[in-house]
Amino acid sequence: MTLAAADLRGPNQPKNVLAKISIPWIVVFAHLFIILLFPLLALLLQAIVLNPAQFWALATTPIALSTYNITFGTATVAAIVNMLAGTLTAWVLVRYQFPGKRFLDGIIDLPFALPTAVAGITLATIYNQSGWIGQFFAPFGIQIAFSRVGVAIAMIFVSLPFVVRTVQPVLQEVEPTIEEAAWSLGASRFQTFWKVILPPIIPAILTGTAQAFARAVGEFGSVVLVAANVPFQDLIAPVLVFQRLEGADIPGATVIGLVLLLISLVLLLIINLLQAWGRRYDV
Amino acid sequence: MTFNLDTQAPAVEQEISPKAPQDWAKIGLILLVFAFFTVILIVPVIYVFVGAFSNGLPGFLGTLSSREFLNALRLTLMAVAVAVPLNVIFGLCAALVLARKSFRGRTFLLSVIDLPFSISPVVAGLMLVSLYGRQGLLNPVLQALDLRIIFAFPGIALATILGGMPFVAREVIPVLEEIGDEEEEAAKTLGASSWQTFWRVTLPAIRWALGYGIILTTARAMGEFGSIAVVSSNLIGRTQTLTLFVDSSYRNYDSQGAFATAVVLAGLAAFTLVIKQLLEHLYTKRYKAE
Repeated sequence: MTLAAADLRGPNQPKNVLAKISIPWIVVFAHLFIILLFPLLALLLQAIVLNPAQFWALATTPIALSTYNITFGTATVAAIVNMLAGTLTAWVLVRYQFPGKRFLDGIIDLPFALPTAVAGITLATIYNQSGWIGQFFAPFGIQIAFSRVGVAIAMIFVSLPFVVRTVQPVLQEVEPTIEEAAWSLGASRFQTFWKVILPPIIPAILTGTAQAFARAVGEFGSVVLVAANVPFQDLIAPVLVFQRLEGADIPGATVIGLVLLLISLVLLLIINLLQAWGRRYDV
Repeated sequence: MTFNLDTQAPAVEQEISPKAPQDWAKIGLILLVFAFFTVILIVPVIYVFVGAFSNGLPGFLGTLSSREFLNALRLTLMAVAVAVPLNVIFGLCAALVLARKSFRGRTFLLSVIDLPFSISPVVAGLMLVSLYGRQGLLNPVLQALDLRIIFAFPGIALATILGGMPFVAREVIPVLEEIGDEEEEAAKTLGASSWQTFWRVTLPAIRWALGYGIILTTARAMGEFGSIAVVSSNLIGRTQTLTLFVDSSYRNYDSQGAFATAVVLAGLAAFTLVIKQLLEHLYTKRYKAE
């Protein structure tokens, strides 16, 4: 059984999967099952063990419901902020020349590379009442760190690159000459933006926004350090899972964790559909 | 967490022609973008360094030579030493299988490999606890074998592997698809074994993508936090990884220690970005040359 077993046939002939068990296949499946799929199934089974009434009761306690509200509400805010800021950033990077452009383009991916714990302690320090930025809001009674606003900022931080990086390449493809054609035909700048520039980049904007939302919903490291993690105020669902685990409440953690997992899977499906929709014009 | 070399087409110098109504809008938009980035990203990143040196260089060096820091560094490096090679081997095999063969369920398998990106790190940790933990499904077996996984090093290693699983495959697959399999086929026709073909033809062609995938996996492994926090939340002996050390130092009001450690981690993040820019630059040059 070697790598070469089926390689000499053309790449596009569908083959019987069972007929070519080669070393790479064994490695891929062993790794996937031990690290990802068996643990995933274990989580599902742990939840199934509970009877539906028990499950429902644990999944819909007042604290649990409030964490869903806070998680999805704040993640929505973060995703919308990133949708607007990210599209604008992509536009500015693609269309304009200005000093600091390379620097800006280089730092956009920093939130992906920076450990979330680092983001958490930094944002908590800067946005607290005596922090570099928080101090300007404190006199007005606005508290950023240890409140829902801080949670939103942490979520915006960690999901910042998605929209920029999905819109940028698509915007590169939109020729400026098309805009000039629109102007020359008498369209206003606003009409040009709305009718000429926006339509081709909408799928990319939505894909990036959905990715940002998914990332914000699952975020733990930065939020747990920025928030006060008080139920009904700024406690998010992933932190609740963690707190229940620390309190050795495995069933309680499992139920919330499963709810989060199912939501991630649904979001993943939506993102894939959006990407397919975005590619419908590709040759 | 994707860095695709091909997401950025070469930066074409595009200026709207002078006929376009040039006004303050352009400058306004650029300033708006910079304002947003300053508040959300630039100021925080600058503060990491300020916080690390709040007690001057001696304070910074004091943290880096403390026993807790060195223990945390050792544990993180151990996790990296286990997770990165396994993920690289997995990623290469997955890339070979997915880029060179078509089969039913290929797209599904790609999505499964990407799953760790979309699962909350806490849920990832919870999954491992559900299987390998004290009340997990495998507990009877683990008890019989006298193995401890959760609240011990193997759990940390598993969590680290899980978080960094998709990177190598994601970087290598597009390159393998782009280069096609003509050269591999030629090598085989000339009598090379599959190993020889892999070492002498395939590997040299994907070395840049592979190198970048390794760097990404390593960076992710060093920064893994949520899932490790779950699987080691009451670890005997209080051994911590670097990210857990950042967290606990900060909670114990040792902000200088937390930020000194954060600088080490941030430096690694900056390094990955520099490499990324460099590779994109090389790629763009090659792209233009063609």
